[in-house]
Amino acid sequence: MNHFPFDPTLWLLVIPAASALFLAFLRDWRLAARINVLACFLSFCLSLSLLAVPRAEPGRYLMVDDLNIVFLVLNAFVGFTTSLFSAGYIQHEVEIGRLTPRLLRFYHAMYQFLLFGMTLALLANNIGVLWASVETATLTTVLMVGIYRTAEAIEASWKYMMLSSVAIALALFGTTLTYVAARQTVGEGAEAMRWSSLFTHAATLDPPLLSLAFLFVLLGYGTKVGLFPLHAWLPDAHAEGPTPISAVLSGLLLNVALYSVIRFKMLLAGNPHVLSPGPILITMGLATVLFAAFMLYRRRDIKRLFGYSSIEHMGIITFAFGLGNPLANFAGLLHMALHSLTKSGIFFMVGHISQAKGSQKIADIRGLTESHPFLGWGLLAGTLAIIGMPPFGIFLSEFLIVSSGFSRHPWIILLFLLGLLVAFSGLVLRVSGMAFGKPTGRQEPIHVIPLPFLIHILAVVTAGIFLPHAVVGWFRQTAQLLR
Amino acid sequence: MNSFYFDVAHLLSGSLVLASLMLLYQDRVYALLHVFTLHALVLSLSVAWQAFAQDAPHLYITAAIALVFKAILIPVALRRIVAQLRIHQILETVGGIGPTMLAGISLVALSLVVTLRTTPAGDRFSREDLAFALAVILLGMLMIVTRRNAISQVIGFMSLENGLMLAAAGAKGMPLVVEISVAFAVLIAFIVIGIFLFRIRERFDTVDILVVDRFRGERR
Repeated sequence: MNHFPFDPTLWLLVIPAASALFLAFLRDWRLAARINVLACFLSFCLSLSLLAVPRAEPGRYLMVDDLNIVFLVLNAFVGFTTSLFSAGYIQHEVEIGRLTPRLLRFYHAMYQFLLFGMTLALLANNIGVLWASVETATLTTVLMVGIYRTAEAIEASWKYMMLSSVAIALALFGTTLTYVAARQTVGEGAEAMRWSSLFTHAATLDPPLLSLAFLFVLLGYGTKVGLFPLHAWLPDAHAEGPTPISAVLSGLLLNVALYSVIRFKMLLAGNPHVLSPGPILITMGLATVLFAAFMLYRRRDIKRLFGYSSIEHMGIITFAFGLGNPLANFAGLLHMALHSLTKSGIFFMVGHISQAKGSQKIADIRGLTESHPFLGWGLLAGTLAIIGMPPFGIFLSEFLIVSSGFSRHPWIILLFLLGLLVAFSGLVLRVSGMAFGKPTGRQEPIHVIPLPFLIHILAVVTAGIFLPHAVVGWFRQTAQLLR
Repeated sequence: MNSFYFDVAHLLSGSLVLASLMLLYQDRVYALLHVFTLHALVLSLSVAWQAFAQDAPHLYITAAIALVFKAILIPVALRRIVAQLRIHQILETVGGIGPTMLAGISLVALSLVVTLRTTPAGDRFSREDLAFALAVILLGMLMIVTRRNAISQVIGFMSLENGLMLAAAGAKGMPLVVEISVAFAVLIAFIVIGIFLFRIRERFDTVDILVVDRFRGERR
């Protein structure tokens, strides 16, 4: 194991890029769906090999460290399970004629390309490359959101495009400012954009410029995270696109954007003279939680409902990193991983439900536990997990966030708890209506692939009952890094 | 840094801010396109000047992209779109021209105050440059917010992006500037093609549903 002769980081990028190219030319969509699964599976195996292979020194453009390794594995894992779900999902979409084989060629190529963009963003050792890859991933999802070509889908993707373009621009300005702040001490050229050298020189960067840079980066990438008041694109994009894309958006892309913010926050933590990002993140996180919690009540569309729930959870995570003590950071990282697993699992169920009922409207969905027991109970289990009931893992991370902050900021934590409670009842209210009662509408059974959902929910339950020692060790180590 | 170099750079980036302010009060589509062409020309000159002053030949590529793509191709394409989609010649603004101009002026003041305070140590060249670039960016955002028509939003976004290019070109020795300008060119091409294909006239509430349906009918 010591001197493994191959470099998995490069292959992690080559596989999705090559399969995107290949799938773009493949006419047979059934085969394409299988190849998509296969490519995702290979990427997943490669990402696991990152854990085993001795870690290389940060390269010119790519690097693997404690922070990104878990997101790489998580990304590849959710990418893989979603590709399984997607294979079943699109079959139904083709049968009812919503997607044509030609669009599917585009869909599969874009799916791999999206994974490529996200993997590159996570691996990047250069703030310019990070920016470019987040942009790539975002644009890919813009195209995917509009794939149904309905007026609503086009409107959603136009809105998404305009907002994210402005966000891209702000993030780039932040990136430029970071470069200018680093140029004097790190030296001109690529060196001043490399994470590894930025971190070693963090204490000598120009403080006011770095603070300003962080504000722009926060606004730019924060828009992609879906932080209030920059969230407007998120519910629409979740509701109008194909459900596998909603799962990847919520489960992965939001995390990637948040990861970028965290990286910049780490840079600030290394410099004693800059503004402290904590209060800003706490305020934004808290505002996001409260806003999204109240918005959950008046939702009529099931995907939009869970889109708002994603906004809420991004707020929770931002809040945790804003508190910034080791325990809260630990909880924030844990919450990122668990939210990603739970929410994509929920979207698998939601995708099947909306196909079974032929509608995404909450009013059209009743008595699922009776008509489609697996879907009904699955949705219920997923919802209980996402609102943070024990024994699911999210209970653990939310509990840690609350207990880590209570002694220092009791009032803020109370407000935070209020948000959680409001969101809790909002989701229970909506979902219990869909799960119980007398079934209405279509009741024919539908072909469901249960495996992806079961794996996800099992992982979340396991995390809630027993976190393996190695995982705890890793999270703790990374939480130290964050400070 | 030679004072003459600095003065010319200052003049050019100042003109870019002025052109941004001019964009704000245009109320006719074609006039807006003309002013934007001017905006792109000034950017192109400014980037070329930076390339000369910093002795960084790769920036000439960025200047050339600004000239060919933004000052020529995009205005021509948008003009054709305006004609083909029969977009109204008169643009609506949210909140009227006067308040918008006042807001624009205060944004310029804000960006000068913020940037000049935060960069006392930076060299004069990039300091003034960042201040003007931030002003152009904020004015671009203001334009996106105050216009509802898709074409003028795109123009607003492109002027914003010109501000970014000004900042990136002024940051001496910054790598990837050329690549970033290419990436933005691709992004803008995407947006313009999107407008054309889906006939988007205004954002958020009025996508022309009938036309979109007809478009789908043709494809099938």
